[in-house]
Amino acid sequence: MAEPLLAVYNVSKRFGGLLAVDAASLFAEGNRITALIGPNGAGKTTLFAMIAGFLKPNGGSVHYAGQDITGEPPHALARLGIARTFQIVQPFAGLTVTENIAVGAHLRHRARRAALAAAVEVGREVGLGDMLDQPAGTLTVSGRKRLELARALATQPKLLLLDEVLAGLNPSEIRDVVPVIRGIQARGITILMIEHVMQAVMSLSEHVFVLAEGRIIAQGPPEAVAADPLVVEAYLGHGAAKLAAET
Amino acid sequence: MTRLSTIALVIAALAAVPLVTQSNTVLNFLVVALLIALAGQGWNILGGYGGQYSFGHAAFFGTGAYVTAILQVRYGLNAWPGCALGIAAGALLGAAIGALTFRSGLRGSYFALVTLAFAEVLRIIASVAPITGAGVGTLVKLDLRWEAFQFQSRAIFYWVILALVAVSLVIAWLVERSRFGAYLIAVRENEDAARALGVDATRVKLGAMTLSAAITAAAGCFYTQYFLFLDAGIAYGPWISVEALLTAIIGGVGTVLGPLLGALVVKSLGEAARLVTGDAPGLDLVIYGAVLVLVVWFAPRGLMGLVADVRAPVRRPSRIAQEATHG
Amino acid sequence: MLSPVILIPAVLNGLLTGAVYALIALGLTLIYGVLHIINFAHGALLTAALFAAFFAHKLFDLDPYLAAFALAPAFFALGYALQRFVISPASHGDDRNMLLVTLGIAVIVENALLYAFRADTRTIDVPYGFSTIDLGVTFLSLPRLVGFGAVFVVALLLWAILTLTDAGKAIRAVAKEKLGAELSGIDVAHVYAMTFGLGTACLAVAACLLLPTYYVNPHVGNAFVLVAFTIVVLGGMGSVPGALVGGLLIGVVESLCGLYLGESLGQIGIFLIFILVLLVRPSGLFGERA
Repeated sequence: MAEPLLAVYNVSKRFGGLLAVDAASLFAEGNRITALIGPNGAGKTTLFAMIAGFLKPNGGSVHYAGQDITGEPPHALARLGIARTFQIVQPFAGLTVTENIAVGAHLRHRARRAALAAAVEVGREVGLGDMLDQPAGTLTVSGRKRLELARALATQPKLLLLDEVLAGLNPSEIRDVVPVIRGIQARGITILMIEHVMQAVMSLSEHVFVLAEGRIIAQGPPEAVAADPLVVEAYLGHGAAKLAAET
Repeated sequence: MTRLSTIALVIAALAAVPLVTQSNTVLNFLVVALLIALAGQGWNILGGYGGQYSFGHAAFFGTGAYVTAILQVRYGLNAWPGCALGIAAGALLGAAIGALTFRSGLRGSYFALVTLAFAEVLRIIASVAPITGAGVGTLVKLDLRWEAFQFQSRAIFYWVILALVAVSLVIAWLVERSRFGAYLIAVRENEDAARALGVDATRVKLGAMTLSAAITAAAGCFYTQYFLFLDAGIAYGPWISVEALLTAIIGGVGTVLGPLLGALVVKSLGEAARLVTGDAPGLDLVIYGAVLVLVVWFAPRGLMGLVADVRAPVRRPSRIAQEATHG
Repeated sequence: MLSPVILIPAVLNGLLTGAVYALIALGLTLIYGVLHIINFAHGALLTAALFAAFFAHKLFDLDPYLAAFALAPAFFALGYALQRFVISPASHGDDRNMLLVTLGIAVIVENALLYAFRADTRTIDVPYGFSTIDLGVTFLSLPRLVGFGAVFVVALLLWAILTLTDAGKAIRAVAKEKLGAELSGIDVAHVYAMTFGLGTACLAVAACLLLPTYYVNPHVGNAFVLVAFTIVVLGGMGSVPGALVGGLLIGVVESLCGLYLGESLGQIGIFLIFILVLLVRPSGLFGERA
């Protein structure tokens, strides 16, 4: 097995007396989709924030492409090729869709014209072609999710961190976005996704990590994890019912 | 987005004024309005494009003004390098305050407060320090030669400040078309999202503050050369902080022509108030304050926003309709 | 080092001044704690309160201490109306707009007073204006001592309102968890306006306590406003005990700085504390948020 593109070793985060993430380790191999799942309040978003440089871990280390990136600020990570989306979409509401994406494109294109051209291209790719001149604030929820993806893609990442990119979408919208994510993988981009929508995780990811109460309690292929009694107890007791209801 | 040809047209129209009238009242009014427009454009770079509302731009105005004056009066330096150093000193102060505040993560109300406090500290120091002439103030020697950056004719002064304003407009125009500007606006709209996309938010804000301070300091330098007198209340007083902010907000934050338009409108209103009521102090500022509240209330994008709405009244609804069909 | 003969009176006088500072800061911190805005009109509203107390004395011969009972409700109403009918609708829920609107109100009030009454400084004459009390080590001004005591009465009253009344409970609920409060049927707009009213009422009381030994002119509020900001930042934005302790502390600091550096530079000591606290510990000495 080649060295994984992203490797997280024993990372911990403490907020006051609360240990939000407790010595969690995970890795994401190159050109694959890895998922991080877990019940609400498990510390997924905190773990994500530490990988993306928004929070400094109290212990442990994060390695990317063989390089220790622990505690590096987000903008430096973006330059190295790590991009993220936000669970709660964060559009630059006053700007148009193209201008939004261009902020990401500027990372690789200094000139305004080149950045705008790259933005238009990425915008079309994720299915925003008809809305490029629209103010981002007027987009629908699914439009905003696409915009999050487009902006991150415009930075030309090698590793894409997706924070619940499918949450809040209806089933038909999910069916629209899933191929976009597959398309991103097909371009050779490694994906680590936090997800609540179990069905999508099962069909998209090749490797799953389960976080509960700040600790990684299981990992493996999706089917194996879903059958793990520890996981069922911690998480799928609630999720399995939902899964059954959906299928 | 404002086109370069629009800027050229506006500047050309203003440049023609002295050819039409040589009235001292008119030119004096316009010089002061342009001076405020310049200070306001400085505020606009940081506050308008960057969303960091400073309540203490007097710190930069006063530093530009005092450095220009003190270098001439106490060190016998020529006014031209004096002005250059005044602008540099303002920029340096902006960078220093920016480094302190942005590194400690101060935003919003806290940023407004700390800038206000810096301006007040400087005002108090200037009102007691011997180098500024303390309570007496500083008088620059009258020397109406261009070598001394003073001019016999008010029209020349007018063209000089107009040229400075033109430079500030072009700077804003360039900001709008640069990566720096795109990053600055992104930070204003959503700092975390910008950081995730590779924007070094602290550095971008610092750059904006330095540029902003330099432009406002240039207005201070010109003030010294035009009025030849400074005291702590003029240089570092809250009036200039308020007027710089006011012109940008009223004209339209984050627009190239907003501060200029805002300054002309605000100063006209002030002048009108003075004509109606005589020279009673305070009334012009009451009107400024009222206009500020009313603009924020009813025209949050300022006068430039109103202009845009008049020019393209039907574009927005059609876009929403377009979205509905695709959404 | 100065001898205790000079030092003790300076500290005591600092505490007396500090108490009034604390009351002004109390209003500011209350508004911040609930609405999360810095009210830049606070200084101008204090000036307005001082003018109101001055004219209550001049026109109706009303003693400032008695006037407090009329002016506090009047300024409560004024603050309520300002928040409900001007600040809130004008700022469209945007924090940056709130800064601008309160700044605009400050400019309007201060300059309207300047326009109406010119820059003259006015004082009132009350029979007890120069009364003192002999403490053995030093003499203290009686009206300022009364002010000191009154501040604590007001603080206690405010505490009682916040903890015992339904309105106070609603205010605390909104401060803690706005959305939750809204969902449980609390009228947030009303609570915001009440808080603003209470904060403004504090100014009316402070003005009445100040007037017997102080003066009034259209710019007088400015001298207090940055001091009040400093106290609020020092004590922790939104912290009521922080405002009280911070106020007393700043009063003493100002008094001692004035002793060593002279009156105008004494103010610089305050601002340097202010900037230092903002940069090093923006949550203040008593603040909870990082």
